Amino acid sequence: MSEMVNVKINGQAVAVPKGSTVLEAAHAANITIPTLCFLKDINEIGACRMCVVEVNEGRGFRVVAACVYPVSEGMEVLTNTPKILDSRKKTMQLLLSDHDRKCLSCVRSKNCELQRLAHDLGIEDDGYYDGITMDYAVDKTAPHMFRDNNKCILCRRCVAACEKTQGIGVIGANDRGFATHIGSAFEKGLGETACVSCGQCIAVCPTGALSETDFTDEVLAAIADPNKKVVVNTAPSVRAGLGECFGMPIGTNVEGKMVAALRRLGFDLVFDTNFAADLTIIEEGTELLTRVQKGGVLPMITSCSPGWVKFCEHYFPDLIPNLSTCKSPQQMFGAIIKTYFAEKMGWDPKDIVCVSIMPCTAKKFEMGRENQAASGYPDIDYALTTRELGRLIDRAGIDFTALPDEKFDDPLGIFSGAGLIFGATGGVMEAALRFAVEKISGDTLPAEKLDFKEVRGTEDIKEASYTVGDLTVKVAVVSGLANARKLMEKVRAGEADYTFIEVMACPGGCVNGGGQPIQPASVRNFTDLRALRAKALYDQDAAMTLRKSQDNPSIQAVYGEYLGEPGGHKAHEILHTSYVARKIHF
Amino acid sequence: MKTLQDLVAIREQMAREVALRIEEEADSKYEKHVLICGGTGCTSSGSAKVIEKLEEELETYGLTEKVQVVKTGCFGLCALGPIMIVYPEATFYSKVDVNEIHRIVKEHLRDGNPVKEFLYDETVTDHGILHLNETAFYKKQHRVALRNCGVINPECVNEYIGRHGYEALGKVLTSMTQDEVIQCILDSGLRGRGGGGFPTGMKWRLAKNLVPDADIKYVCCNADEGDPGAFMDRSILEGDPHVVLEAMAIAGYAIGAKQGYIYVRAEYPIAVERLTIAIRQAREVGMLGKDIFGTGFDFDIDLRLGAGAFVCGEETALMTSIEGNRGEPRPRPPFPAEKGLFQKPTVLNNVETYANIPQIILNGAEWFAAMGTEKSKGTKVFALGGKIKNTGLVEIPMGTTLREVIEEIGGGIPNGKKFKAAQTGGPSGGCIPAQHMDIPIDYDNLIGIGSMMGSGGLIVLDEDNCMVDIAKFFLEFTVDESCGKCTPCRIGTRRMYEILDKITKGQGTLEDIDKLEQLCNYVKANSLCGLGQTAPNPVLSTLRYFRDEYIAHVVEKRCPAGVCKSLLSYEIIKDKCIGCGMCAKQCPASAISKTDYVAPGKKLPALAIDPNTCVKCGACVAKCKFGAIIKK
Amino acid sequence: MAKKIATIPFQGTPQQEAQLLEVISELKAEQGCLMPIMQKAQEIYGYLPIEVQTIIAEQLNIPLEKVYGVATFYAQFTLSPKGRYRISVCLGTACYVKGAGILLEKLQEKLGIGVGEITPDGKFSLDDCRCVGACGLAPVVMVNDDVYGRLVGQAEEIDEILAKYAD
Repeated sequence: MSEMVNVKINGQAVAVPKGSTVLEAAHAANITIPTLCFLKDINEIGACRMCVVEVNEGRGFRVVAACVYPVSEGMEVLTNTPKILDSRKKTMQLLLSDHDRKCLSCVRSKNCELQRLAHDLGIEDDGYYDGITMDYAVDKTAPHMFRDNNKCILCRRCVAACEKTQGIGVIGANDRGFATHIGSAFEKGLGETACVSCGQCIAVCPTGALSETDFTDEVLAAIADPNKKVVVNTAPSVRAGLGECFGMPIGTNVEGKMVAALRRLGFDLVFDTNFAADLTIIEEGTELLTRVQKGGVLPMITSCSPGWVKFCEHYFPDLIPNLSTCKSPQQMFGAIIKTYFAEKMGWDPKDIVCVSIMPCTAKKFEMGRENQAASGYPDIDYALTTRELGRLIDRAGIDFTALPDEKFDDPLGIFSGAGLIFGATGGVMEAALRFAVEKISGDTLPAEKLDFKEVRGTEDIKEASYTVGDLTVKVAVVSGLANARKLMEKVRAGEADYTFIEVMACPGGCVNGGGQPIQPASVRNFTDLRALRAKALYDQDAAMTLRKSQDNPSIQAVYGEYLGEPGGHKAHEILHTSYVARKIHF
Repeated sequence: MKTLQDLVAIREQMAREVALRIEEEADSKYEKHVLICGGTGCTSSGSAKVIEKLEEELETYGLTEKVQVVKTGCFGLCALGPIMIVYPEATFYSKVDVNEIHRIVKEHLRDGNPVKEFLYDETVTDHGILHLNETAFYKKQHRVALRNCGVINPECVNEYIGRHGYEALGKVLTSMTQDEVIQCILDSGLRGRGGGGFPTGMKWRLAKNLVPDADIKYVCCNADEGDPGAFMDRSILEGDPHVVLEAMAIAGYAIGAKQGYIYVRAEYPIAVERLTIAIRQAREVGMLGKDIFGTGFDFDIDLRLGAGAFVCGEETALMTSIEGNRGEPRPRPPFPAEKGLFQKPTVLNNVETYANIPQIILNGAEWFAAMGTEKSKGTKVFALGGKIKNTGLVEIPMGTTLREVIEEIGGGIPNGKKFKAAQTGGPSGGCIPAQHMDIPIDYDNLIGIGSMMGSGGLIVLDEDNCMVDIAKFFLEFTVDESCGKCTPCRIGTRRMYEILDKITKGQGTLEDIDKLEQLCNYVKANSLCGLGQTAPNPVLSTLRYFRDEYIAHVVEKRCPAGVCKSLLSYEIIKDKCIGCGMCAKQCPASAISKTDYVAPGKKLPALAIDPNTCVKCGACVAKCKFGAIIKK
Repeated sequence: MAKKIATIPFQGTPQQEAQLLEVISELKAEQGCLMPIMQKAQEIYGYLPIEVQTIIAEQLNIPLEKVYGVATFYAQFTLSPKGRYRISVCLGTACYVKGAGILLEKLQEKLGIGVGEITPDGKFSLDDCRCVGACGLAPVVMVNDDVYGRLVGQAEEIDEILAKYAD
């Protein structure tokens, strides 16, 4: 039990562990102090001054930043005095004087921390301090996102996400004083840098300064085109996040409503990426076993996370041979639709528009990669984020929460629990283990032995080792690229004797992807989004009877009717890809 | 040197040499010592050439064995540079020209007759030539921090030792405990000279005790003197660099640190060079490095150069900068004494603070505490500048009045102009009006009247200075130097500047003045670091004492001091104009042309200024010999 | 304000690069070595173009943006080459109240360039600077390391100073 400190907040006594901040103490007393720049653990910089409060430690009241100021025994805190409210109001008015106040046309309107706070603070004159502004050009050079510095409030949360969470640091604060702005070295566009497209910066941005490249209009146009067959597939994590766009509790599984909404939007077929995840397991598992048995490059590293793949290409090009050559589930899905499924339906692949709904922004980059067009046409035409789907549903006037639960279309809507848990860190590993253990031993894994809990959870790096027959497999699971970097340094140095490594670019895996609904810092700082969303997937998996990829009848059909042997020639042609070494600098 | 005895032996030998320059019993190898300032001010005025010429002439007259030439640090009276003092008589040559050297060598150094016409005029009286210390500028000064500046050769460690240098370090290492050292500093009442005024001993005690199991600690010296118009620290570094090294080693011993960093402005090349030499020499004589004085105490110092960011004078920003980052301040707590440089407990003091330490150790806390006022002990160095006769560096006991500094030491305002205000504390400070000239200068009094000690810049303003313009000048500085991290400073100071700009252009309203004042109070209370928290001071203090000037700009659209261009107009008094056309030739905008009017008694037609094309540069006024052009 | 990024092609020599690499290997092990290395690099090349910053980033294994962020924070670092003779006008308080602002305007007129710019022949560049501590001589102009003080801003005076740098 840690030492407790007694403080009084707005007259209310509260005891909190020593070392807590005033903000944490207030939270414990159910008092909300507004924040903008503060992100727990990664951006504790006390810069925006929105969270100011008055504290008295025996020498009279002083103004301090609650987010970083530690409590002390007997401290009195006042969070809502006229002086404090006036300070916050002025801080907001100053921020607004340097902010492009185009709320009506802003993608973050209704979900903007700045907008909400301006409202809560009762700002009457948003132009009170208007003066010169810097006028920045919007950076649209990256395929997955744009940056509009005119809406940036310099909270630096994006910088912290890029530098600390992901260990990349392609963006940072440039120049100083009033000219300070977030940008890349030599003001290059993000698309020219070694950005990996993970979108974690977008997920933490409080305003509309950062957002994904929007394909909603293009998708609506395709749906409206009578000559196009528009096929949609949804990644596992989308069902665990989408509800948040409609005010549902974090971690609500909305699979059925999501399917219903997609149908109402007019998609011709509503499939599930989970099917392709099952396919990935068969191909990737086979590749792993082949490498183990034939002395291929080990450890083999997963390739489902396009942010991770790009990271590896930039920062660890020497480890490219370790990457599985399997396409990601998104790309496998598109490839199968435009080859096997097109053939089956008698469709010309050129008439098919394959749309994927992803918790991810890097998928927008991935779909444009080389060697991702099995049919001769791009495997995927549009990769939308969970947020874009939320906007489509809003635009169509669909009352999401009132929708009935519906089922995916057959046959590519059939999936196993193994494919489903791809969305959480450790999920691919667990799915692969369910396949590999059975494959190596030749025995059927009983239902009670399907949980590989060692690889679950949100820890940075997880390790486990399994012995099947005379084969011992040592595995590692890592999420978040700063963590991945640490692990890869070890692999590079030959200090890691793993057989198989799962890497997800985003901390916690795809459930916490850069394309998921944005939760404000006030929620992020006190909630583990990753764990709540992951639970939705594990719960669904536990309730399923089909829990192994190899048992999925649609998978068996695809191999039997079309692909032939897993890892065989045709499977390779359609389901595998290649990588390129990329530079870090210009 | 291995022991304190070795040091004392050197000191005794050197002291007899140096004594010639301080009116003590001397036994110098030389008959005369000629001291020439090699500080930034005098170097800029050409002292290097003077030294060169002097050595040449001494050679010619065969005096090299008899006369020692010493390049020293700053004497203080920078306005009169290059300065040359001849000892033992302490005669004071000012604005020395290379062409004067020949006569000085021949008549004074060879024949013993000072060349009166080259001497500082104040020292030449009917009763003979005054000693340097009898002049008004030096008489009231009391030199503690500056005691060696202008006395020793800063590039010679032995001269420093001759002035009891490194004896304080020897004393603490051989006869005092860490706590005794800290107690001594606490008892002396020394407060930080960088501006904040935090008790130095307290800082040291926290750094020693706050993290008892710290493996590494650091001692830092803030030599990033950035207040425009302040050069106290630079002068100490140039004139007496060893005192800083010694004091840092003492601090290192007191808190348990082995490594020191001096963060010095790259714009101070001479100071950097002298420090580099001093560190090398201190290592050579064993005052830095391993096992100092054979006591087992290790301490070394490295230099880090600032790269032109005023905010790095703020302690957390300075440390962030040494760590190799953008010099952005970080929130406190944690304070440096707990988590400072590289996250280790750190003591950070400024140059002048350190310069007092060895004297306090040697003379005792009581000696120091006997100087100054109740809450501000010792002396303070000020850099006098602006509209004052004797610009330069002065060190006065705390409690001296502003009037004494300006009128007596500074020699008053030149050109018969009227004193308007004294600006102290640079961009963090405020303007002190005439009504407060008799307040004794100390930390608390200055804060009480809306200014602050700051690091010691003291700029005198006269009736020709517009207070709104001055406030705008400082705000512009702050806006430029804001790091951009926190909202109040990044945007708030910018908006304050814009309002001031509007007012100086005659576009302000009374409402703008209120808006400005509110914004000032907000920025002061809400900024992350000291830079933002003090940035409004120049505005607030001018609003407090010179609100009528603001109102004149806003209501009457008039700049009472005649500074704000947009509010000025130039006019030719037609009856005074002889029509010579000199002004028209000078006018860069061709705004002046002939009229039809010929004034009575004049031959040529008078000229007139077209207010629409006039750019208000003032060139015409300067050119007109007849006083026919006026500024309104 | 934002710093100007060089538009002229980089003309670094292999010798300069060897010098820089030597500096880096010498200082690399020290804590907080980035700024000292950048200062030396600027001494070697005269400015810090992308090519130079990239070498530093690669050698120290840090993001280029980190180097650039530091380069654009401090006034001392420049991203575009300076003239052979760097003129800087002190705008410290003491100089300002004695008319340094006018002096700066005159120099701009005379050289035909703005603050932060370089003459087309690469000879002079003009900047304003913070207090150089020579307040006793206010107003002050520096040309490289030479200090000129007690200026009044007359055209002849400026011509005289510029004439000293005739080559």
